Amino acid sequence: MQQADPEQFTFDFRESTAQIVGGTSEDLKIKIGDFAGPLDLLLFLIKQEQANIFDIPIARITEKYLEYIRLMKRLDISVAADFLVMAATLIEIKSKMLLPRDPLAADDEDIEDPRKELVDRLLEYEKFKSAAGMLHERIEIESATFTRGAIESDENNAEIDATVFDILTVFQKIVARHVDEIKMEIEREEISLADMIKTLQRRIAEIGEVSLLEFFEEMHSRRELVTAFIAVLEIVRTEGVKLTQKATFGDILIRKV
Amino acid sequence: MDIEVDQEVAEQVTRTPAELMAVVEALTFVADEPISTKVLAEVLGEDRESIQAAFEEIRNEYDERGSGLQLREIAGGWQIATRTELHEDVRKFLRTRPSAKLSLASLETLAVIAYKQPVTVPEILEIRGVQSASAIKTLLDKRLIVAKGRKEAVGRPMMYGTSKEFLVQFGLKDLSELPSIEDFEDLVS
Repeated sequence: MQQADPEQFTFDFRESTAQIVGGTSEDLKIKIGDFAGPLDLLLFLIKQEQANIFDIPIARITEKYLEYIRLMKRLDISVAADFLVMAATLIEIKSKMLLPRDPLAADDEDIEDPRKELVDRLLEYEKFKSAAGMLHERIEIESATFTRGAIESDENNAEIDATVFDILTVFQKIVARHVDEIKMEIEREEISLADMIKTLQRRIAEIGEVSLLEFFEEMHSRRELVTAFIAVLEIVRTEGVKLTQKATFGDILIRKV
Repeated sequence: MDIEVDQEVAEQVTRTPAELMAVVEALTFVADEPISTKVLAEVLGEDRESIQAAFEEIRNEYDERGSGLQLREIAGGWQIATRTELHEDVRKFLRTRPSAKLSLASLETLAVIAYKQPVTVPEILEIRGVQSASAIKTLLDKRLIVAKGRKEAVGRPMMYGTSKEFLVQFGLKDLSELPSIEDFEDLVS
């Protein structure tokens, strides 16, 4: 069962995927490819080790898996969190396998293999991996057929419809809009920030204490209001003034220190 | 393509089977996307069975004389396309190269969505063991998948399914044409 034809679930575009190319030096030379995820890497390692998926040599596979992750890190390939989660899972299974069986447990008690959940996930995943291979083949075949290019119709070539009169109508609309634009002249009162600061400074010097609420209420437009607000910030920053507020959400007084 | 049924055209006309085949072939040729028997029946004022028969007859005719064209049933309609075997010459003429392939991650995500639809992102993660956010974005951009509403579960996650474009691009008549996911079990070591 394990010796199933590997061609059946190997895509041709996977040929560039990771494989140990052999070590001339002491270091393993590994060609890095893209693994679709930790389960993909795990399946690859199981196959490479020629292990039985239903009896995974967990210690050996975990070691290979961690070796691969370390290599990825050394090569500065960012290791996705999902790969680390799988590493943790493998280590957990490995430690569970090392624990001696509970001597008090009845002999006939069914003890679940700690690897079972992982095997189930691998088998489920492998089905979809094969399905992905099938989709790949389908789109390859499909991309070898061609349908005819677009035929000109009113829908995709609207200019057929347009006459000189249509153009004139459009032009008239544009002219009309232009006239409207000119009519809309908006007066804008320009009060500069410098003026606003001066006004506020003078007020503070005269009365000694200015209510911000009153000051802001004197403003006529949103623009003035914003300028007034900036003026207050500016004065607080540059001059020796103090802001006091007696109650929460209450009026704020600005006065000389 | 939206075909508006013109009352004038929809009037009952008597055509010989050969005439019907000719007009069905012509309309299939000019249609932008796979054209359904239903639309043709309405436009031509014929019943769907005769249209279906005409399509099958044209397909056989193409096949028998080894035409460079094929008539195929795809995404709930019929389409005229070049024959697969001729792709090299067609590409040479069009000066196109095989289109950009989907990545392994995208294909896997697409496989999960195709077989498990409607399916949520956490469910895809469960099967693939890896985040699929960028693959899902690619598939949405390529219009191969569409959002299919939200699941009535904690967090109301978005559910995804395959689109009509998926059927067209993968040359499928409908989803039932996909081999059953259980068939892949036999391949698993």
